[in-house]
Amino acid sequence: MTNAQLNRFKDKAFQAFGLFCTFFGLIVLAIFLLDILKEGLARLDWDFLTSLPSRRAARAGILTAWAGTLWILVMTALIAIPLGVAAGIYLEEYGKKTRMASFLEINIANLAGVPSIIYGLLGLELFVRQLQLGGSLLAGALTLSLLVLPIIIVTTREAIKAVPKSLREASFALGASKWQTIRMQVLPAATGGIMTGIILSLSRAVGEAAPLIVIGALAYVPFVPEGPMDEFTVLPIQIFNWVSRPQEAFLINAAAAIIVLLCITFMLNGIAVYLRYRQQKKVKW
Amino acid sequence: MIFIRSKISTLHAACLIGGALMLNSCGDQKRESANELDLSGNIQIDGSSTVYPITEAMAEEFRMVAPDVRVTVGVSGTGGGMKKFSRGEIDIVNASREINASEGELAKENNLRFVELPVAYDGLTVAVHPENDWVREITLAELKKIWEPSAQGTITHWNQIRPEWPNEEIHLYGPGVESGTYDYFTEAIVGESHSSRGDYTASEDDNVLVQGVSTDPNALGFFGFAYYEENQDKLRAVPVDDQNDSNGKGAVLPSRQTVKDGTYAPLSRPLFVYVNSSAAARPEVIEFVNFYLDNAAILSEEVGYIQMTEEQYQEQKEKFEEFVQQASQQ
Repeated sequence: MTNAQLNRFKDKAFQAFGLFCTFFGLIVLAIFLLDILKEGLARLDWDFLTSLPSRRAARAGILTAWAGTLWILVMTALIAIPLGVAAGIYLEEYGKKTRMASFLEINIANLAGVPSIIYGLLGLELFVRQLQLGGSLLAGALTLSLLVLPIIIVTTREAIKAVPKSLREASFALGASKWQTIRMQVLPAATGGIMTGIILSLSRAVGEAAPLIVIGALAYVPFVPEGPMDEFTVLPIQIFNWVSRPQEAFLINAAAAIIVLLCITFMLNGIAVYLRYRQQKKVKW
Repeated sequence: MIFIRSKISTLHAACLIGGALMLNSCGDQKRESANELDLSGNIQIDGSSTVYPITEAMAEEFRMVAPDVRVTVGVSGTGGGMKKFSRGEIDIVNASREINASEGELAKENNLRFVELPVAYDGLTVAVHPENDWVREITLAELKKIWEPSAQGTITHWNQIRPEWPNEEIHLYGPGVESGTYDYFTEAIVGESHSSRGDYTASEDDNVLVQGVSTDPNALGFFGFAYYEENQDKLRAVPVDDQNDSNGKGAVLPSRQTVKDGTYAPLSRPLFVYVNSSAAARPEVIEFVNFYLDNAAILSEEVGYIQMTEEQYQEQKEKFEEFVQQASQQ
């Protein structure tokens, strides 16, 4: 075999390997999804979405669970987005590149990798006990905000970094102040990236059960939360609870609840893709 | 990993329907007689996820009797629940073991007295793969030999336990060390709570243990009775011999009967709720606890546990009544 032939063979081999890797993840995911859909789709109906939890699998529903999930989602977004985006802007645009800044940077990157249960313990001590919020929606949303803040900060910074320097310079040249430049040039150009980060981080928050169980989120709640100080449950806790039951019928309920949770996550991702697409069309340099 | 199994056993379906019918009628009766029940307030319950299904059923039925009482139930585990209970943060705690000394101490510091009410039994079931044809029964001493801390790394083959058993590896499955089930099993078998070998496959989800034992011919595992009952086609329960003939002769197989009459010892364990003295001064809590004890027999069976005898429930009711009187005098 000549050298050229060998190289061509290696090229083909790598291509095949890459293809295998790509499909491996997708196939596993597809099998999982099909299994869940097969199990749960038949169980999914209007009653399931509007009923309270019950010991009888056939009667049990997820009304309080999905209502709690929506509450948590909206409140987490309201808390985490302004904080995270503002922190990202500060670190990228205003923060001096000192040793303090790089220290902060390393720590924020590290925080993004801390296991969620640790945030739960922090939330329990700080929000539930010290601030006396109890096992309320507010305590849950604050805890999840801490959890997703590092992700939002990091993606905001990346998105801002990707805005061409020439754009800023042109703005300054026209006499704009720093804030005007950020508000009218940098942020609109970076919105697509920031949005993607926000939505992905909220998708993560939606799927968390462990930190919420730690702060005292409940499993059986017979009422829909009416305000931020109410007690609550969320879909992942309900799913976790059903999956560990001995009776088969509860496992089917869990599958149906997983479909609902997946729908919420896919919807979020869909919104992210759409916003990104719209923003990219708007920005013309 | 989530395993979704596809087949509903006919036994279970029959159980569910039967239970539903019985309960509907009982719930309706209750509602008629209790139409006047004009109670309101919140009852906060937390604790063991093992006891949770019973308490969930109670909360659900109690809504029919007293729709304005908001009962909420959490699942932060017996340990987590006890901590909240001793601080007076919740009214009732679900517990799969008795309150321990330090938890009792903490309650005392917070000027809380409490009453312990057993509500149902669970039978810890030792199970093997159906193809395992050598283990026909097992003694407590043998279980101890398998599970005690010194067995780690040394007891690895079946024939080390009984010479006539095959020279095959033994694969162990059991609940994680944080669960009350683990605490109870180690206390009963090894003699010391929270002490066992560490080289076994542990999971907090009993369905995962069932999956493990049912796919491994060399497996031996233990978990709650309901998980065995739901998977009888995939598992074989091992009769346990406590070598105490006064308490059922020979090896005893776990069943609803043997757990209830106490012959399946020492692996039948009671499940508890604890009520604290400040909660027991509130009418909605008193009503709820009495409702609990009145319906524990039927509802615990329905969710997969085993009822106690009628006299035992009666005893608990008297105990609770006494406690309420003391609480109101405070």
